[in-house]
Amino acid sequence: MKIINLDHLSANPLLPEVQDAMIDAIKENYGNPSSQHKIGDKASEALEQSRESAASLINCKAPKEVVFTSGGTESINHAIKGVAFAKADKGKHIVTSNIEHNAVLRSMRRLKMMGFQVTSVPVDEFGRVNTDDVAKAITDETILVSIMHSNNEIGTIQPIKEIAQITKEKKVIFHTDAVDSVGVVPVDVQELGVDLLSFSSNSFYGPTGVGGLYVRRGTGVWPLLDGGVQEHNKRAGAENLIGIIGMGVAARLARQDMESRISHVKNLRERLLSELPRYINEYIINGHPEHCLPNMVSVSIKYIEGESVVLMLDEEDIAASTRSACAAGSLQASHVLLSIGREFADAQGTLVITFGVDNKEEDITRFLSVLRDAVKTLREISPLYREALQA
Amino acid sequence: MYSKTVMDHFKSPRNVGVIEDADGIGEVGNPLCGDMMSIYLKIRDEHIEDIKFQTFGCGAAIAVSSMLTEIAKGKSIEEAKAITNKDVAKALEGLPKNKLHCSNLGADALHMAIKDYEARIAGKPKAEPKRKERHEHTHGDKCYCPYCDAEIPEGKTFCTACQSDIEAVH
Repeated sequence: MKIINLDHLSANPLLPEVQDAMIDAIKENYGNPSSQHKIGDKASEALEQSRESAASLINCKAPKEVVFTSGGTESINHAIKGVAFAKADKGKHIVTSNIEHNAVLRSMRRLKMMGFQVTSVPVDEFGRVNTDDVAKAITDETILVSIMHSNNEIGTIQPIKEIAQITKEKKVIFHTDAVDSVGVVPVDVQELGVDLLSFSSNSFYGPTGVGGLYVRRGTGVWPLLDGGVQEHNKRAGAENLIGIIGMGVAARLARQDMESRISHVKNLRERLLSELPRYINEYIINGHPEHCLPNMVSVSIKYIEGESVVLMLDEEDIAASTRSACAAGSLQASHVLLSIGREFADAQGTLVITFGVDNKEEDITRFLSVLRDAVKTLREISPLYREALQA
Repeated sequence: MYSKTVMDHFKSPRNVGVIEDADGIGEVGNPLCGDMMSIYLKIRDEHIEDIKFQTFGCGAAIAVSSMLTEIAKGKSIEEAKAITNKDVAKALEGLPKNKLHCSNLGADALHMAIKDYEARIAGKPKAEPKRKERHEHTHGDKCYCPYCDAEIPEGKTFCTACQSDIEAVH
């Protein structure tokens, strides 16, 4: 039976047009864009075409402001550490939130070891930061604010535009991790007013290992990698041309198909949410009911543990994800779920479903019926369920 | 990532359930990954006549519980006391490194259930459930990373060797 992928957040398949463009490039476009001959020119032309497509996806008017990287993680590291290193003589204070991705959290941790101070603002029960908290956290020493556009576990979208107004007023650089938003929902750097924005190609069906960092002109950011003059001195090393060509095509298609993709996944999401009560009881839907990604459902199912559910779904050829502890090589309960007030055990029992272009309505029905059986089996084993029944 | 034996015990766990008139009950929890396990014993002639379990946890935790009950069933009290976490992990044909701590839960729950049985025989009050809230220093005064076993320097909230966060449990 064909595997049903409900874990598009972990990996998206490459669209056929993306595959074709990359295969053609592997065969015919091996040049170094920096070379001053015809082989290089051909490479350079393809590189700049991809840059225009990527820039256009985030409504960036000057493609030069897009720097190609090896993916979301590098973009985030580049933005945060690049600003910290460039501005260290101006101040050593950074503001972020409690529910950021590990790429942000661990960059902050590294900077703390190097003498920077980090203030982390809390989120409400839906996972949203309060803009007043951000404003209050900014001091004369603050050089950077980094708040994610959308959350990778619960899908909540932050008030980025409002935060950008504050940072602009206070003359602080603002970075947003938009890895799970760009190519999924409209992201417009002009409208948002951010200085730095990280994104990843695989979020919109491009290859992994490629991403971009939007750097508004005039934003002081040191390179993360020192070396050659590629990417306007912002990212040394010969470009990953094949990957970048793939991302360019994926970006063009994402912009073109944005509306239809959103309505497709939104429809699946709404169907799942409306049918879920017929299949299982005692669960909590995580995230903001309106300010959220259209392709994600995070559900904390009581009395059971998430990895067990994922294994049982996998036995039936359904791929889903859990952010709970004991999963994906990490043993800690999700800091995001604890931050929005989930009980430890409920955080453990969380399933994250992410839809994509390849999902169909019948996938939902099959998922729900397998989920119902898995939950029933696991609750029969669970001492927490027994305790709840007795109480 | 799991061995065939682990998946077999996860998919078809043996001895699941509760013994209503149990002679000994062991309840343990591991705050690190949130696993919780209850073991119920029926003792006859100083032997484990019946054993049942309930577990809230990952695939490894459920497989560990199931395998443990299979090993312990029919054993004498003394033999059961000698069952170690390693025995369970070995019988499961190994566990991924980051899941080894799950195997600790199994033998701990069994030993606690035996203690409970012995306390009841001796007329002592029921042993308190061992659902730990904080980590304990298992070997000496120093703190070791629960994931890679490297020593954690004083005041650090993450393991400098393997980069794992330990703030929540430290």
